Amino acid sequence: MSDLEQLMRVLPMVGAEPSILDDTGIAHVVAQGHHILSRRTVPGLRVELEETPGALIGHIVVEAGVAIAQPIHLCFGLTHPTGVQQIAIDVQVQEGAQARVLSHCLFPVAQSAQHRMQAVMTIGPGASLTYTEGHYHGPHGGMQVLPHATIKIGKGARYFSDFSLLSGSVGNLDIDYLVEVEEEGLAELSAKIFGHKTDRITLKESVILRGQRSRSLIKTRVVLEGDASAEITGITEAHAKGARGHVDCMEIVQGRAHASAVPIVKVFHPEAKVTHEAAIGSVDKKELETLMARGLNPEQAVELIVSGILR
Amino acid sequence: MPIPLLDIQGLTFEVDHHSILDRLDLAVQAGHIHALLGANGSGKTTLAYVLMGCEGYRPSAGRVRLGGTELLPLKMHERARLGLTLAWQEPARFEGVTVREYLSLGKPESNPEPALKQVGLDPDRYLTRRLDKALSGGERHRIELASVLSMKPKLAILDEPAAGIDMLSINHIIGIIRALKDAGGSVLLITHQEEVALIADRASQLCAGRIVFSGNPREAVDHFRGRTCVRCDGEVCGYVRP
Repeated sequence: MSDLEQLMRVLPMVGAEPSILDDTGIAHVVAQGHHILSRRTVPGLRVELEETPGALIGHIVVEAGVAIAQPIHLCFGLTHPTGVQQIAIDVQVQEGAQARVLSHCLFPVAQSAQHRMQAVMTIGPGASLTYTEGHYHGPHGGMQVLPHATIKIGKGARYFSDFSLLSGSVGNLDIDYLVEVEEEGLAELSAKIFGHKTDRITLKESVILRGQRSRSLIKTRVVLEGDASAEITGITEAHAKGARGHVDCMEIVQGRAHASAVPIVKVFHPEAKVTHEAAIGSVDKKELETLMARGLNPEQAVELIVSGILR
Repeated sequence: MPIPLLDIQGLTFEVDHHSILDRLDLAVQAGHIHALLGANGSGKTTLAYVLMGCEGYRPSAGRVRLGGTELLPLKMHERARLGLTLAWQEPARFEGVTVREYLSLGKPESNPEPALKQVGLDPDRYLTRRLDKALSGGERHRIELASVLSMKPKLAILDEPAAGIDMLSINHIIGIIRALKDAGGSVLLITHQEEVALIADRASQLCAGRIVFSGNPREAVDHFRGRTCVRCDGEVCGYVRP
């Protein structure tokens, strides 16, 4: 089976179908390690990726005023138990453009492997980018995943990100996002992670609201079981009049797992406001008992509550 | 007198050697709506939790039978599968869980629409809604009752089902309680509201953890209104706190 076939075989684990490769209206890049296996672009989208021995390096540009109708699929992964994949990418969504990116990170047999992403995203004035990243790591738990990104959101621009790692074993995950939001810009960052066994999860999301009436939401949902651990840091700084930010972190801890949540809010203008809420604990007793009073056994009840939180 | 569906004898529940339920006896007949009245702190909600088997509500004495089956040795979900359920006074919120899922618990092939219509909520608007903070208290209460309706229990314990419901909607809630009975079930109806209590076939007054009166609902309401003590000092039930 080719590397491409192996990656496409597990694509449904992150909710996508291999048929996207055959659709001429859908832009895609599929890369195994530092080799591009398949790519297609569409009008208004430039994808310039270079294969080097140490990394995949390049640019993705959505040209000004262009709305890309179909999501752009980026499939990255490793088909071997060991290896390193490093990606350095510059994403530009130019003024008034709109795009959705579905990033699929697939490591189905990883036992001791690393995936590093260094991204710089620039969302131009009035532009919009929705970035959805789904991971599948297989059962072995040997992955190290380090997605680091700096995102600059221009005047009136909108950025939505949704990171999920819900099936397979996480391994070691270290997310570090820094988002800067200009006047009337909007950033919504959502992350959902289910940690098992000895998974180690570090998630740091920082939002700096620089512009007037800029807004942000950081929403994190983490469920841990076994000996997994997580440290979640959500930072929001508001520097301008009318800036509004909110940090919402919930972690459910089961078994011997442990978690910490650190919401940090800083306000540098008297007419700015940032709020936060953080909850760590076991499954809510009342929710559990409500479901058991409808006939679900404890395991079924926990499963429903957890799946709801991670939805 | 026929054998009651719910038969409680000598039920005692204590916290720190203080009796919250004190050798309580109560019988609920099959097919009846049985109202339970009582002042705040009289033990109504505690009785509901003990019957349902909530964590931390294990009685120290007494026996409870539902349809002839001993209830107390059973776990909470086993009691539910036997046909007992509880609608909480403040229903839980569930992030991410849809109304459709909640009304189909344990039977995913079922159609939740009729129950939702019965509580006056439009299935097209509500089935895909999530049971989270976005629902008002009244909406959440109605969905809780729809969930009980769709379960078709032998005995539903409804803890203040009309709490937080606007005056115009009380009759709707009363209709839902009657629908549970019409579907062949029984209801143990915990309420403070006279107009709700009066729909019952029978009513009991709980005071300091004991049933002090059982009779027709009108008599029970009058008896409850006539009492002068809030923390029972002996005027109603003869109980004297140590």
